Amino acid sequence: MKKIAKAKIDDLFKAISEKEVLYLPVDDAQGQAAFIPWKKGLKMSEDLNTGRSAKDLFFPQVESLVNFKMDGKKLEIIDAAREKDPFVIFGVRPCDAKSFEILDKVFYYSEPVDSFYIDRRDRSTVVVLACSAPEETCFCQAFGIDQSEAAGGDVSAWMDGETLYLKAVTEKGEALLEGLPLEDADDKAVDGLKKDMKAIMDKLPLKDLDLSKFGPGKTQELFDDPAWARLSESCLGCGTCTFVCPTCQCFDIKDFDGGKQIRRFRCWDSCMYSDFTQMSAGQPRPTQKERFRQRFMHKLVYYPDMHEGMFSCVGCGRCLRKCPIHMNIVKVIKTIGEEK
Amino acid sequence: MYQDALIPKLGVVTQIRVETPDVKTFRVIGIDGKKPFVHIPGQCAMLSIPGVGEALFSITSSPTVEEFIEFSIKKCGCVTDWLHSMEEGQEITIRGPYGNGFPVDTDFVGKDLLFVAGGIGLAPLHSVINYCRAHREKYGKIDVVYGSRSMADLVDYKEILDDWMKEDGIDVHLTIDNAQPEWDGHVGFVPNYVTELNPDVSKTVVMCGPPVMIKFTLAGLMDLGFDRKNIYTTLELKMKCAIGRCGRCNIGSKFVCKDGPVFRFDELDELPNEY
Ligand code: SF4
Ligand code: SF4
Ligand code: FES
Repeated sequence: MKKIAKAKIDDLFKAISEKEVLYLPVDDAQGQAAFIPWKKGLKMSEDLNTGRSAKDLFFPQVESLVNFKMDGKKLEIIDAAREKDPFVIFGVRPCDAKSFEILDKVFYYSEPVDSFYIDRRDRSTVVVLACSAPEETCFCQAFGIDQSEAAGGDVSAWMDGETLYLKAVTEKGEALLEGLPLEDADDKAVDGLKKDMKAIMDKLPLKDLDLSKFGPGKTQELFDDPAWARLSESCLGCGTCTFVCPTCQCFDIKDFDGGKQIRRFRCWDSCMYSDFTQMSAGQPRPTQKERFRQRFMHKLVYYPDMHEGMFSCVGCGRCLRKCPIHMNIVKVIKTIGEEK
Repeated sequence: MYQDALIPKLGVVTQIRVETPDVKTFRVIGIDGKKPFVHIPGQCAMLSIPGVGEALFSITSSPTVEEFIEFSIKKCGCVTDWLHSMEEGQEITIRGPYGNGFPVDTDFVGKDLLFVAGGIGLAPLHSVINYCRAHREKYGKIDVVYGSRSMADLVDYKEILDDWMKEDGIDVHLTIDNAQPEWDGHVGFVPNYVTELNPDVSKTVVMCGPPVMIKFTLAGLMDLGFDRKNIYTTLELKMKCAIGRCGRCNIGSKFVCKDGPVFRFDELDELPNEY
């Protein structure tokens, strides 16, 4: 365990950024936190979490796959530029850290692997920061995440009023801490902090959210639940919930003809959109009800079916805060499967 | 060069054949002059024209063809319009093969096979039928029931007449929806024709065609006493990645691009009805 006084935190950021690019949650002009590269003068956001999730760093909203040059009948394939530098993400919350594990199962460990995602994961060192002030929209606990443990990254971090504590949990994490302006600390130094954090968690309104109606093998039981129609009734199909979600992974592949070259890129897409599945021959999900159901069934049943029972939600609460009609996964969890 | 499943390879279209007023068959080889990859009958591949888009097509040629792969493609939108308007010698991109394919070396072995196709639905079956013809000794009797709107809409008509119909151990039953002066064969819809032929329930059935054809043929086979475990079909959904990742072709806990496109009806019964 290492520590540094909060007053000296800029020295730490400077030292890290001399080694690698350092991404830090920083408030933007609208007061929304987002991960951006640190430079002198930038302050770490006081917000609990970023508006958009940390997945952007591994699975960006838009990324080039490959370029083409076309000349009559001739075609040439040209590599798209790729970044090569290692980077550090500092201050990832435990829920978002868990989302990496969920995305890893899809992009890192499923055949064929996704070289773009893997490349970014391998270049990164993740510092997970425990949450001392979870909000009432947080329900990470329901997914077995202990926000006081700051697990799931290469370094675990805790912060109180005066001090930042850092503990390397992987080799990469150790390499990062090496040579930084840190003092030694006792592992027990954060025990009190952890206890306080757990105590807050136990007071949150969603702490008893019950997931037992969901999980592997529940498709037949839940798919035709009459409540889907009611819940999805006012959904605008705006896709906001999917874009802010750290575990949503749907994408589109598109071409852009820039004149000299044609760029093939992938970009996030949303199962909440009607053209997601629209074909000239038909539409398997004709109304918003089917699209809405798809989003939640995938997170709560299909994904767990495919990945040893793991849910594809981490309880970060972003969809609770951002949906313009105040619909969200918690309402779905509470409602679906209730009527018999 | 970077390698990734989503980064395609170059291919050349060396031959384009007009099959029907809206179906053409495209022969594709790799840029090195060789067959781009080895596939299982029923598998698909992504073809693209950069700037226009990428789309998934079932591979029509049999794996037993060593020199090239072929796709019979119906004109129906963006990418297919472009393919239909291009000339021989055009370079395109190709990636694949994708999907599970038919169990030609396992469940089909030793069985009497009944193939039922409507319109362009013959495309995915063409590969498996020719594979079975090439390995004739592995299978029992082969029947093909194939129908289209009119004579002109029968895909691979010449090959069917010249090769399939002249062969022993394979019976081809053609039908068209409405009578035509030059046609002396069966007239009527595929589902009724299948029922009229009264196939034995021990047969393994493979169906591909428009949804109504599938629906009524299946109902007919159920009435005859067939087991859903012995009936196969292929699903067609919108696809982008073809590797079970972009989320588009997800039905329940399956991805059609990866776990399909070939499914048995007892497997489909387990899935939500979203196709
Ligand atoms: S579904 Fe909502 S609460 Fe769950 S991970 Fe996504 S944004 Fe967070
Ligand atoms: S649930 Fe809310 S955020 Fe998601 S698509 Fe519907 S209206 Fe938009
Ligand atoms: S086409 Fe992307 S998941 Fe099937």
